[in-house]
Amino acid sequence: MTEMNDKKDDSILSIEHLSIRYSDDKLAVKDVSAKVKKKTITAIMGPSGCGKTTLLRAINRMHELYPDIHTEGKIMLGDENIYDMSTINLRRRIGMVFQRPNPFPTMSIYDNVIAGYKLNGIHLKRSERDEIVERSLKNVALWDEVKDSLHSRGNFLSGGQQQRLCVARTLAFKPKIILLDEPTSALDPISTAKIEDLLVELKQEYTIILVTHNMSQAARISDNAMFMYLGELVEYDSTKDMFTNPRDPRTEAYLTGKFG
Amino acid sequence: MDQTTTLNKKYISTLSDKDDIGNLLIRSRKLKDRLFKIAAMFFSFITIAMVFLIIGSLLAKGLKQINWAFFTQVAPDTFSAMMAKSSGQVIPGGIVNGILGSIYLVALASAMAVPFGILIGVYIYENSKKRYAAIIRDIADILQGVPSIVIGIIAYIWIVVPLTKGYSVFAGSVALAIMMLPLIVRSTEESLKMVPETLKEAAIALGTPYYKVILRVLIPSSFSGLMGGILLAISRVLGETAPLMLTTLGNPQVNWHIEKPVSAVPLLIWQFYNDPNMVDLIWSSAVFLMGFVLILNLASRWICAKKKI
Ligand SMILES: Nc1ncnc2c1ncn2[C@@H]1O[C@H](COP(=O)(O)OP(=O)(O)O)[C@@H](O)[C@H]1O
Ligand SMILES: [Mg+2]
Repeated sequence: MTEMNDKKDDSILSIEHLSIRYSDDKLAVKDVSAKVKKKTITAIMGPSGCGKTTLLRAINRMHELYPDIHTEGKIMLGDENIYDMSTINLRRRIGMVFQRPNPFPTMSIYDNVIAGYKLNGIHLKRSERDEIVERSLKNVALWDEVKDSLHSRGNFLSGGQQQRLCVARTLAFKPKIILLDEPTSALDPISTAKIEDLLVELKQEYTIILVTHNMSQAARISDNAMFMYLGELVEYDSTKDMFTNPRDPRTEAYLTGKFG
Repeated sequence: MDQTTTLNKKYISTLSDKDDIGNLLIRSRKLKDRLFKIAAMFFSFITIAMVFLIIGSLLAKGLKQINWAFFTQVAPDTFSAMMAKSSGQVIPGGIVNGILGSIYLVALASAMAVPFGILIGVYIYENSKKRYAAIIRDIADILQGVPSIVIGIIAYIWIVVPLTKGYSVFAGSVALAIMMLPLIVRSTEESLKMVPETLKEAAIALGTPYYKVILRVLIPSSFSGLMGGILLAISRVLGETAPLMLTTLGNPQVNWHIEKPVSAVPLLIWQFYNDPNMVDLIWSSAVFLMGFVLILNLASRWICAKKKI
């Protein structure tokens, strides 16, 4: 499991002995340590209920929304512990995209893209806003489709377009890391393929951590992969090695479809 | 009843030669379906007819009194009403003191009840699992069931006697605000509950401070529900008479002083009812009150449709 962690190199995020429990009895994440490499796609796989979402949400502290949650260990972003940072700063640097597309229904497409700035009271000049909106929408290959209706609400967008709008909203902050929790599980295959292409494209500039319970998706686009089981990080390796030569019998069982 | 059985027999006699029980069952079910539909239609027709009857008789009796003066002049005194009546003319004057008084009272009551109600509603929504919130929710429900005359008495004891030392706009609007409050609290909570959790998470994931999540995401997303609740509360108190009798009493003139008595449309209706010379004005005032509530309802629908949420 420590295979990836031994390669001391260009890691951007370092999870150290992270344990999380929702209530007193049961650990949802058990003593997970992992280093995430810069400008790669890291997939988190595992059967449902194994703690993928909990681990992912711990990375930008979204898990703290649950009032009784208890967290031990630390997560270092560069040389800062994220649990010592303000959540506003943290979430500007580590953005998140959710399972179901969730653009703000009361805002126009344009306002959705810069929602992060608006909601944080960060004032931008008109030209800066225009530039950010155009860049972010171009980044997610949505610009051509919506450039004529920027100021209308996005209800007419398809699910896949809405999800790309949500990625654009995250990109507007130019984060270092983008967290995605099964971002294509609510989408059709064509929209899924578009999102996957997009993630591969974004990897040039951003570090991407992707929860998926779709093994072929992990195989298609990820560089490294974590396999979790019952809250434990069982195996963490390059995707190629994990798929061709799993070290742990539980990983092998999962990859060969024995459970999940 | 008789018809049902004969109908049933008819079906059975036509079916029995086919000897098909399944078919028979389906037929009888279809019959029950139809009977049920007819009953439902009949009763809904009665309801609709009643509404039209009410509106119709109000208009028939009240329309002749609705003229320019009705909206611009204060209520007449009983003598001039009597004179007009005896000479077969339209009663002079109008209800402008009541119209402006009602608007004044409701506006002031809303200014008190809306911010409080929304804040309390947000609090209950946010802390729905805590005991304290549950207690507040129960209190709101109880308050909603308190008879309006009791609320009038409370406002009388709390405001009229010690504070304004007499009947006043302020006392009346406090009474109405107390009545509006639970409605707004509950409708705020209910409409916030309709906002998907994912929207809240989207905002939080952007680093949004919590009060802004509420102000910029939750409240706008549930705007139509909030608006609907407020307008419903307003139309509920617009017709209240009992609490106003104990708090603002009425005023033959238009009044803008907050510590002085003021009139209201339902108060005027009560006065007209007690004065045989002015009975004709009851109908026109009732038409006005109904029209006002109707316009509020249409306005709220229009707002919601425009927002499309
Ligand atoms: N809000 C919650 N309260 C209590 N337990 C939870 C909550 N969310 C998840 N869990 C538990 O934590 C474990 C991990 O859940 P999760 O991280 O959602 O798994 P995954 O995303 O891999 O399906 C599960 O056993 C689940 O039952
Ligand atoms: Mg999950």
